[in-house]
Amino acid sequence: MRDRHAIFAAVIVFFVVVTSPIWYARAAGTTARGPEAKLPETEKTCVMPVEYMRASHMELLLTWRDDVVRRQNRSFVSPDGKAYAKSLTGTCLRCHSNKAEFCDRCHTYAGVTPYCWDCHVAPASPKGSGT
Amino acid sequence: MSVSRRLFLGTAGLSALGLTGKTALDAFALQPPHEPAPAPAGTRWAMVIDPRKCLEEGDCTKCLEACHRTHNVPAIVDQSHEVKWLWKAPFERAFPSLQTDYPPDALQGQPILVLCNHCDSPPCVRVCPTQATWKRDDGIVMMDWHRCIGCRYCMAACPYGSRSFNWTDPRPSLATTNPDFPTRSKGVVEKCTLCEERLAKGEAPACVVACPAKAMVFGDLTDPASEVRSLLRSRFTIRRKPELGTRPAIYYIV
Amino acid sequence: MFMFEKAVVGGRRYWTWVGGLLVVMGLAMLAYLRQLDVGLGVTGLSRDVTWGLYIAQFTFLVGVAASAVMVVLPYYLHDFKAFGRITILGEFLAISAVTMCMLFIFVDMGQPMRVLNVLLYPTPHSMMFWDMASLGGYLALNAVIALVTLSAERKQVAPPRWIKPVIILSIPWAVSIHTVTAFLYNGLPGRSFWLTAILAPRFLASAFAAGPALLILLCLVLRRLTSFDAGREPVRKLAVIVTYAMLLNVFFILLELFTALYSQIPEHVEHFQYLYLGLHGQATLAPWMWTSSVLAVASLVLLLVPSLRRREPVLAVTCGMVFASLWIDKGLGLIVGGFVPSPLGAVTSYTPSLPEVLIVLGIWALGFLMVTVFYKIALSVREEVAAS
Repeated sequence: MRDRHAIFAAVIVFFVVVTSPIWYARAAGTTARGPEAKLPETEKTCVMPVEYMRASHMELLLTWRDDVVRRQNRSFVSPDGKAYAKSLTGTCLRCHSNKAEFCDRCHTYAGVTPYCWDCHVAPASPKGSGT
Repeated sequence: MSVSRRLFLGTAGLSALGLTGKTALDAFALQPPHEPAPAPAGTRWAMVIDPRKCLEEGDCTKCLEACHRTHNVPAIVDQSHEVKWLWKAPFERAFPSLQTDYPPDALQGQPILVLCNHCDSPPCVRVCPTQATWKRDDGIVMMDWHRCIGCRYCMAACPYGSRSFNWTDPRPSLATTNPDFPTRSKGVVEKCTLCEERLAKGEAPACVVACPAKAMVFGDLTDPASEVRSLLRSRFTIRRKPELGTRPAIYYIV
Repeated sequence: MFMFEKAVVGGRRYWTWVGGLLVVMGLAMLAYLRQLDVGLGVTGLSRDVTWGLYIAQFTFLVGVAASAVMVVLPYYLHDFKAFGRITILGEFLAISAVTMCMLFIFVDMGQPMRVLNVLLYPTPHSMMFWDMASLGGYLALNAVIALVTLSAERKQVAPPRWIKPVIILSIPWAVSIHTVTAFLYNGLPGRSFWLTAILAPRFLASAFAAGPALLILLCLVLRRLTSFDAGREPVRKLAVIVTYAMLLNVFFILLELFTALYSQIPEHVEHFQYLYLGLHGQATLAPWMWTSSVLAVASLVLLLVPSLRRREPVLAVTCGMVFASLWIDKGLGLIVGGFVPSPLGAVTSYTPSLPEVLIVLGIWALGFLMVTVFYKIALSVREEVAAS
């Protein structure tokens, strides 16, 4: 094999590239376990059960959006009977007040950039949060 | 080619008639002009502005500031890109068809408060291709900034120049931000929405509340006992460009 | 697929031309990325003049696209055999023009990523909805027609019978796309410059002058650069069509001027005043409008004299003049003139910015590239057939 040096070099480079997710994650300290979104300290229940929110919070927000803007329907009653106002800034962010430690954690991990924040004003990070 | 010319023209003519006949009949079924629209059930918001009371306050801009501050309306330096929901226009610009060669001193060049008229027959709503702007049952011509594609057709259609476009990202031009109301992003059209979010809480529009002279009166046209109705009954009022059939909801006391 | 392999074979002149077009398109892409980033504020548009060069190009090119009907109608409805060899050129021109129209609308959107909202939330009372629908349909129609007829020609068989009704449908559809475009403008109560019933006929007349004029130029260019010769008769007949259409167009403009100037209604007069004479000291468009008028009259003279119309070098210049005159009138004067003065009487000048002009040139380059590629395919098919 006249070209064995080039071939071996290329195989090694290929191996490095193809295994890069493993060694890069090790080096950067991130794991595949997933993002750890920081939950609010005071409130323990959300407007919907956690499983639903994890899977479909976007659907809920879109429904709320159209309900408020297009149908003037601003009140929401959760499955456990509590009344809320349909508002991203006024309801969701009242409890999940640290966008960077909650919303952004999962969004960054998943590589999503929701355009809500182009318009809706996120509250400033509370003091001492380190972000 | 086996279709004869006559057959083609005849078929095309009948098809055209079939396609357009109903539309044509509907157009004739519209109410004739100069007849008032039937009184709708429920609320019908309107505003009566007294320019004389406003002028007595001199250079006061409290209403504009309240509106723009509440709704995060940016203060764009480049005038060609300005965004304004409520502003003062010289009398000749607000009422171009009332121009005379000998205008009264009290009105010549004087600023008049102008805003979206929330017309009963809004051309902007007719032309919007996505229903990002529509007329609510309570009379407000509302905007959905999530749906607007920024085509600016509504701006071409508005006979009053009431609408503004976000030519760039408005946030850098915001001195203060009200966290309780969203900003808008670049690329969407915006205008006064009659403070519908305040109305939902039972509060009057920000401009009405801010005016020290009570020059702006807001109320429900369907309520005969409302202040707007009593003003309309007792004073002579005009609307902007009434000949266009838009039937604005903003009245001006002369 | 679609015989595109024929478009990648060419000589040095061909690739220089294509390369130049690609460079312009590349620059335009950079300018558009900047516009996406900063917003439409990079253009010369303003709160008062909210539509400018982009929408004006769209308006003009819908006319060019519709003008394919001027070749299709005589051939398919009246058996005018002379147009038989150039219907494919008209259809390919229509496809390119409609694509350019849609691109010009796209680059004008403030939120282009949401443009599908027009289809997701259909709004029959909006003329823009119908415009999108009719343009899309016309594009599909012409694409199918061109593909089927060219494939049949390549296989040296008659096209399938079902294509006939499709071709016939494209005739009223062509008229409708430009009528709907006129309806965008002439139903707006606040814009008195556009609020005229004659706008749709004006659009059609200028379309049927500009489109065939461009087609004549393309035929002459093809004769010079390739082995394709449309023949003298199609070019002459197209020139007659351009003559009548241009006559009608100039007549319509004079009718508009009469209504405005004789009625003396300020709302009507002021727009013409701004365009031709200037208003409140601003006359940015006056040189353009007068050039357009001079070109229109001069081209009419050259068209009406039969000996001049038949002499092809003169005809080429005349067609260029017609195209330029109508481009200024429809692609600049009509749109900006509608916005100045504003509903509040303000006079705001509009000058396109550099990124805006680059994007416009880029889309035109794309259109020319499409025409080049399509014509190359069509001509290669014909050469292939002729050789066999």
